[in-house]
Amino acid sequence: MNSVFFLVLRRMRAPLIALIVAYAVSVLGMSLVPGVNADGTPAPSMSIFHAFYFISYTATTIGFGEIPTAFSEAQRMWATVCIYLTVITWSYMILTILALVQDKAFQQTLVASRFARRVKHLRAPFYVICGCGETGSLICRTLDTLGHDFVIVEKDEYRVQELDLEDFKTDIPTLTADASLPANLLVAGLRHPKCRGVLALTNNEECNLAVAITVRLLNPQVPVLARARTPLVAGNMASFGTDHIINGYERFAEYLALAVSEPEDFRLVEILTGLPGTPLPEVHRPPHGHWIVCGYGSFGKAVIRHLAPMGITSTVVDPDEDGPPTSRSLRGLGTEASTLIDAGIMEARGIVAASDDDINNLSIAMTAKELNPNVFVVTRQNQSANGVLFDTFDADFRMVPTRIVAQECIAILATPLLARFLAGIRNTDETWSKAVSSRVEAICDGLVPVVWDVRIEKTAAPAACEAMKKGLRFCVGDLMRDNANRDERFPAMVLMIERAGKDIVLPDDDFLLESGDALLLAGQHRVRPALELTMQNMHALEYVLTGNDAQGGWLWRWLFAPQSKTAAH
Amino acid sequence: MNLEKVLFGFFIVLAATLNFGFFIGEIDRPELHNVYELFAAIVVSLIATVLKFGDRTQIGAVHLSTSLVADLQLIAAAVTWAVAVHVTGSGMTPEITASVVSLSGGALFANVISVVILIVETVMLRR
Repeated sequence: MNSVFFLVLRRMRAPLIALIVAYAVSVLGMSLVPGVNADGTPAPSMSIFHAFYFISYTATTIGFGEIPTAFSEAQRMWATVCIYLTVITWSYMILTILALVQDKAFQQTLVASRFARRVKHLRAPFYVICGCGETGSLICRTLDTLGHDFVIVEKDEYRVQELDLEDFKTDIPTLTADASLPANLLVAGLRHPKCRGVLALTNNEECNLAVAITVRLLNPQVPVLARARTPLVAGNMASFGTDHIINGYERFAEYLALAVSEPEDFRLVEILTGLPGTPLPEVHRPPHGHWIVCGYGSFGKAVIRHLAPMGITSTVVDPDEDGPPTSRSLRGLGTEASTLIDAGIMEARGIVAASDDDINNLSIAMTAKELNPNVFVVTRQNQSANGVLFDTFDADFRMVPTRIVAQECIAILATPLLARFLAGIRNTDETWSKAVSSRVEAICDGLVPVVWDVRIEKTAAPAACEAMKKGLRFCVGDLMRDNANRDERFPAMVLMIERAGKDIVLPDDDFLLESGDALLLAGQHRVRPALELTMQNMHALEYVLTGNDAQGGWLWRWLFAPQSKTAAH
Repeated sequence: MNLEKVLFGFFIVLAATLNFGFFIGEIDRPELHNVYELFAAIVVSLIATVLKFGDRTQIGAVHLSTSLVADLQLIAAAVTWAVAVHVTGSGMTPEITASVVSLSGGALFANVISVVILIVETVMLRR
């Protein structure tokens, strides 16, 4: 705010001095010009005080009249000069103020200082999101749904204006600036005590690299998630200890390989890591065998690298005839039938349209489907604008890089316990995963469930802690009762409980809970606040456990009437 | 030869000298203190204050504050004068003259500090 104030003062110097001089000259003149009495005899001039009074109401165009007596002609002549002089000076001053307010640099300063002040006054933990393109907006929307605060730093002005139209729950402080400059990150709250993490999600990986380094150097305790596109930059980021590096292509290729080798595991992972509230993805069953990969860029490379250990051989179709030494490569785009036939589309089980042009990818996919209707088609969608085309085509598996990065980020940020659960999935067998997927799908009504964790400790679950301190024990099934009607269950399930470093996966309903347990839950969106109520509010907890809907004074009844506790079980 | 610095120094010194000129003379004799000189002192003091705007240094801040003090005192003197002559009609009695002149004396002191700061700033530049 200070810099704005000084800027205004500096700009206003010339008009203010002009105004003072105009007033001074007018007042001096009026106090020197002789007046005239009512009967025509000359009278002494006005005093400075009266002159000042006259000029004041003349310059501001109020115009009371000639005081204290009618003016002499000389006075009137001078008054005319004064009028033009002072009114023009006032206009000059007002115009300067207007020009100043409209000045772009001034507005920038105003916006920047307002932003800095708002960030300084943030009291809840928040994330700093650098780069709010498609990936960034997906993440912002999800974070907003989950109730987290965040601050946005985005370089593109139009994007920032579009963000205004987004319907976030709170007013998000947004800065139009280049995130790779350390000064901008500092202003956005890098060293703020409540900063919980920095997400570097811009389209330019060099910029993400700069952000990661800045965060590591200026505030190493804050975790940084950076998005990388090439293994070179990813390696660079890893070398100085970036907490999480997200490469959309690698992650998708991993998933594709998982889908080929263990489809049920993959399905469960997909359900749990989707963006909450979006429709459940359909089941994918990519086949083993020979595949064709069209386009040998970063994505193509990642796909081949991950599919090879699954025993999938591949033929590469690339405009530069690039390809791994272990596969056959052909020159071409893959959009023409002849190239595809040459590559063996008739015998292939799957095809990946991996180029960076959406129209080419669609063309490859459509040609492939025409030639071999049973082939499993994987398409890469680069821009969300083409979403409607890809929706209509309905490939077997669609890879949207922005969505993958967003999902990954949310999974890391929202629930660290989830990562452990997912790691555990890899070690189980298919039937187990299938059973869990069906259970989750059953409670979720066709939408991706929200996955969250809650720890039974004093700040998050005061009522539950109190109850345990008094010696009351309750089990998972009790907690899952709906606190509006305890005969019904919440549409949610407990996936895992972490107790003192050990994980208990899929606890039964009669598993007793202890203080300090961390629960990983998956369920519909409305369950989360409702469950919070049960854990935080004594009345809700009592109702759920015993069915008593008591008002005040129940605390004593509850403490001194132990027989009512076990009755409701 | 920096024109901006010439103007800056000119107005500060002019404000101080006009103020001194008004102040000098016996404190209770109104005929020794010309109202036009008070008028000039106020105008030039206001101009000098505006010139000091927008300087972000510590010295600039002190400079501006001395100017504001001087303005305040001079305007108070002018108001006292106007009230005495026009509002209450008592005219410039020795007591009121003394009030006016002592207020301008206060402004003079602030102006002297301003001039000293100006000199110090100039000497620090060493060119």
